[in-house]
Amino acid sequence: MNAVTAERYDESCLLRPGNTNCGGCGMSIGLTMLGRALAGEDYVLVIPACCGIVTAGAFPTTSYNVPVIASTFASAPAFASGVAAVNDLNPVTGAKPQQVFCWAGDGGTYDIGMATLSAAAERNENLVYICYDNEIYGNTGGQRSSATPAAARTATTPGGKTEWKKDIIEIMAAHRVPYAATLSIAHPEDFQDKIRKALRIDGFRFFLVHAPCPTGWKTEPAESVELVRLAVNSGVFPLYEVHDGVDYRINVEADGTDPAEYYDRQKRFAGREFDVESVKNWLQSRNERLRKLAKS
Amino acid sequence: MSLAGEANRSARGVVCGIYPITPQTEIVEYVARFPFSKGRVIPVESEHSAMGVCIGAALNGARAFTASSSNGLAYMAENVMVAAFYRLPIVMAAVNRTLGPPWNIWADQGDTLMFRDFAWVQLYCDSNQDVADTTLLAFRLAEDPRILLPVMVCMDAFIVSHTSMEIELATQEQVDRFLPPCDVPQRLDSAHPVTIGGMAFPQDTLSQRLDLDEALRRVPGALEEHRAQFREIFGREVSGAVESHHCEDADRILIASGTVASTLRSVVEEWRLRGERVGMIRIKMFRPFPREEVRALCSGSKKVGVLDRNYGADVGGIFCHEVRAALQGQAGVGERAPLVQSYLTGVGGGDVVPDTVQEVLEELSRRSAAGDPVWKGIET
Repeated sequence: MNAVTAERYDESCLLRPGNTNCGGCGMSIGLTMLGRALAGEDYVLVIPACCGIVTAGAFPTTSYNVPVIASTFASAPAFASGVAAVNDLNPVTGAKPQQVFCWAGDGGTYDIGMATLSAAAERNENLVYICYDNEIYGNTGGQRSSATPAAARTATTPGGKTEWKKDIIEIMAAHRVPYAATLSIAHPEDFQDKIRKALRIDGFRFFLVHAPCPTGWKTEPAESVELVRLAVNSGVFPLYEVHDGVDYRINVEADGTDPAEYYDRQKRFAGREFDVESVKNWLQSRNERLRKLAKS
Repeated sequence: MSLAGEANRSARGVVCGIYPITPQTEIVEYVARFPFSKGRVIPVESEHSAMGVCIGAALNGARAFTASSSNGLAYMAENVMVAAFYRLPIVMAAVNRTLGPPWNIWADQGDTLMFRDFAWVQLYCDSNQDVADTTLLAFRLAEDPRILLPVMVCMDAFIVSHTSMEIELATQEQVDRFLPPCDVPQRLDSAHPVTIGGMAFPQDTLSQRLDLDEALRRVPGALEEHRAQFREIFGREVSGAVESHHCEDADRILIASGTVASTLRSVVEEWRLRGERVGMIRIKMFRPFPREEVRALCSGSKKVGVLDRNYGADVGGIFCHEVRAALQGQAGVGERAPLVQSYLTGVGGGDVVPDTVQEVLEELSRRSAAGDPVWKGIET
């Protein structure tokens, strides 16, 4: 493929060539992996305000190869509940049911959409919610969200964020949703397996994708996948799943890589305020707790 | 409403996103209890999501309904706008209640009137029968392929919403005939994947706004057709965009909406018996505003008084504002345009009784020029 025309691409792909996303965008890679995992499935996307809806491009063209509804910022799970309810009222015989996916950023998930998300999870709506977490408001130029990790500098935390990142998987697990899991764009097999597994589960399913944003993180576009691999290997972003809010399984074990390697490669953590030791301590206690939960 | 929902059982069914707020709660409680044969009622966590559910359901081809009131409508606002901008035939019962603060549950139309620029059709009812019939009419109008706009069925808090009245109810068989299966042509279709509501540049946005405007302009004609159908199937009249009495030779005309119009009716009749040349107009449809009718009915009068149970900051009565706009600079009215005076009656839920209307008529009769809005009911 060259810069002007798409020479050949898979007609069944989710994300067609020709979108305007930034180089090294973790969300774009996530969409490609999602499309591969869902090849042959009938599904629709509900996307709130975020880079994911800008990805579609301007009317009347679209980069998405499936029906997409743009929802208001806080409303993706509410719109999707309506869509899913109608599908459930109209079962198709002899065909796979149409799956309803929300594809939302961390702002739409951890912040403005939190009440809507929590309510849809509590009602156990029959839909899959995927949060691609780039840990900032990327679309608006990189402001802090409650998903921004401690110490990261953003446009609204110029001295580094002083609060910890919200633990969204724990919040979803506390709703006892049938399935909640993390996904990594550096681990495509695990990504695909867990999406396929979710298709065999009814009710509310939640995924968190670690999605580097080179523009906001001040990182090299070519390093995005490598950064996610480092995050998994060092225990910064553990790959695990929770069934019914209680059954924990770790999918990929950390290999002992020093988390400092992950932080050192990102200019957003370059401030003097960044105390890597306290971050390491926190990661350690979080991961120990996860291992205990996975063993019990 | 439940009969309308049930009438779509042969199509994609009915979905209601519901959330309680006084004084509309009884409506959604009733909907939640109704044994739809193909429907789902989703009790969500906010009005914003209640409309969100309706939008998702309508985009997937279902008939969709919700109800709200006052600050609930304010909270819902963003998705109220989307429902119209996506051209979705959603019907909402809106019980007009004072916006807070201060905390006040009584009747005031300020809540629904804040959506006057959102391209919803707005119908203000004056009785229980009117609400029941208008709701059915609303679905038919909203789902008309020439229209495809959401419709708000508005009613005064408590005065209508909590008053019992004997009414003629429709049968399911009649409603099935009146409401054909709901079809939302822009609904999701995997065979033709499009992105609904993505980015658009100014030129395409302009076209979209023009589409909305053209759809609104088709409403009055369509409404009359559906009223004729209603008459044929149910054997009774459902009120239209405006209702008028004695305007032909009136030199003074009063205009109101909702239950205030019922009070006008009786006072105007009394004055007529005394030989006074007074008339009245009840405006039921606020959007699209029945400009032609108002213009025609008022063209021969000298003075028009508009009673508003609402307050628009800096403009006074919102219906009055629209009436003035309808009468200004139009051919056929021109320099003979009548004096139009705004009366704020029952703002915040105060009673509008025959004496109130009497005072308004006397005040209007004395007037030689229009002035600032007259606030009725202020204790001095």
